[in-house]
Amino acid sequence: MAEEQRIVLRNADQINPAKLEDYLQAGGYQGLEKARSMSRADLIAEVKKSNLRGRGGAAFNCGLKWSFVPTDAEVSYVVCNLDEGEPGTYKDRIIVQKDPQQLLEGMAICGHAVNAKQGYIYCRGEYPYVVELLNLAIDQARSKGVLGDFNIEVRMGAGAYVCGEETALIESIEGHRGEPRFKPPFPGVSGLWGKPTVVNNVETFANLPQIVFNGADWYAAIGASTYPGTKVLTLTGDVEKRVFIEVPTNVTLREIIYNYGGGVKSGRRLKAVQVGGTSGGFIPEYLLDTPIDYDSMRSIGATLGTGAVFVMDETRDVVDIVTHIAKFFKEESCGKCNPCREGTFRCYEIMDRINRGRGTLPDIEHMIQLGKVMERVCLCGLGQASPSPILTTLQHFRYEYERKLIS
Amino acid sequence: MAEYKQILNNYKALPGGLLEAYHAVQGEYNYLPGEAVREAAAVFGVSASQAFGTATFYSYLKIGKRGRYIIRICESAPCHIAGAAEIITVLEKELGIKMGETTADGKFTLEFTECVGQCQATPVITINSVPYTDIKPAQVPEMLAQCR
Ligand SMILES: Cc1cc2nc3c(=O)[nH]c(=O)nc-3n(C[C@H](O)[C@H](O)[C@H](O)COP(=O)(O)O)c2cc1C
Ligand code: FES
Repeated sequence: MAEEQRIVLRNADQINPAKLEDYLQAGGYQGLEKARSMSRADLIAEVKKSNLRGRGGAAFNCGLKWSFVPTDAEVSYVVCNLDEGEPGTYKDRIIVQKDPQQLLEGMAICGHAVNAKQGYIYCRGEYPYVVELLNLAIDQARSKGVLGDFNIEVRMGAGAYVCGEETALIESIEGHRGEPRFKPPFPGVSGLWGKPTVVNNVETFANLPQIVFNGADWYAAIGASTYPGTKVLTLTGDVEKRVFIEVPTNVTLREIIYNYGGGVKSGRRLKAVQVGGTSGGFIPEYLLDTPIDYDSMRSIGATLGTGAVFVMDETRDVVDIVTHIAKFFKEESCGKCNPCREGTFRCYEIMDRINRGRGTLPDIEHMIQLGKVMERVCLCGLGQASPSPILTTLQHFRYEYERKLIS
Repeated sequence: MAEYKQILNNYKALPGGLLEAYHAVQGEYNYLPGEAVREAAAVFGVSASQAFGTATFYSYLKIGKRGRYIIRICESAPCHIAGAAEIITVLEKELGIKMGETTADGKFTLEFTECVGQCQATPVITINSVPYTDIKPAQVPEMLAQCR
């Protein structure tokens, strides 16, 4: 099997995750110590220079995001996004289950940078066992005093995909329906309880201790130049090895599926791979030599997203799978904005009709038009990204649709 | 069983505590009693419609009775192509109920869920939030027998 490069998973299976002592022995909390010896401005500049980009999907420069928090804010918050609702994704769970202290350290580093005393981890309701481990880790860190005056609390989601969207997540922590807010203002200026708030993904935070400890230049030199570092990926579907891996971001999809994943199951041929979760585009075999970094993925009309890699072999019915995905978005649309509420409903209706052999050519044309409108006008990323599986399969696998139309 | 009034009051002072309070009540009852939601509105100083609005928004929360064992079947794409439909067929047949229903003895409830983050070994079901992976249809009767 090809070599991984482990940064956020460097302690995985090497230490006991339920023991702070183990983490300390492995060099834990040295990043935070170094961060605290730096001025806030220098720390933010260093993180910015490392070019660490958000691992939750939008790939925004982490240090730049932190710099939006006003320096004179009296109260600000650090929020960790552990909602991980994107189907096919379980990397944040692994990162936390293998090494929870690393996440706490990363959040505390952010706390120092934006002068926050309070952090929240928003963990999806499906992971009660992760909440338990986190609470244990927080207790240990508190008794040992490693977090200083930075406090962390875990809040639990309750089964709503949209709550992974940062402003919906904030609404949910506040105890409301998890509906996204209009932006601006962005959370960095007005977030949780109206205060400046940094929301970052688990994997983003987990990278910070090493980045601060080893320096920005070390990190910036790993992987793809515009999206440096590593990415934790989860391989699912018709792949020989359904595993999680951490690899530099310049590795190609082909290497991931065939070297790390051991190829398509039962020696079959690959039909498509969907990267980034259920809202990601479908990628045909001839584009497999694309590196996985955010920008390369975008250049082929796909997305790196959460790093889920869903492999489909030659026997799979793409239209049936996309119909299923369309149902997901119809169910998970929060209903706040009209284009998403109506659009996801109609997309599913049409997909279902086509899948049952009742669709017509105009159905396809209407769906393309609808999808293009949704990408532009939906309020949040849920609606905006939801047409992607439909549009990319119509681009690469149109014959599969046409084969099912009423002749 | 702890009184829901008591549970709700434990979270009264927590900023944004409504959702946490619902989790705690459901942890005790397996569902949210309608009166508990009305009571929550009073405790947290919100309107009844807001209290119900929050409770009904989240798929994990359910107002009204359900079984002691809540079995959820993941229907996201990786589980779907791994044969989730066959698992559903066996579950419905074994329990004599349809998805979304509760058995007459109040023991089992069948629900759909989306990905529960265990996609390394699909298909996946959860029984009272505990995940079971790589489920084969033949295993289902034995799994149900384990629930007492
Ligand atoms: C519908 C939807 C779901 C999302 N789900 C998640 C999620 O589960 N985890 C996550 O980190 N980001 C998720 N995001 C992205 C967040 O809005 C946000 O960009 C991210 O948490 C920022 O962290 P990062 O900059 O470290 O990536 C989601 C976005 C949308 C629109
Ligand atoms: S797709 Fe079923 S658990 Fe993730």
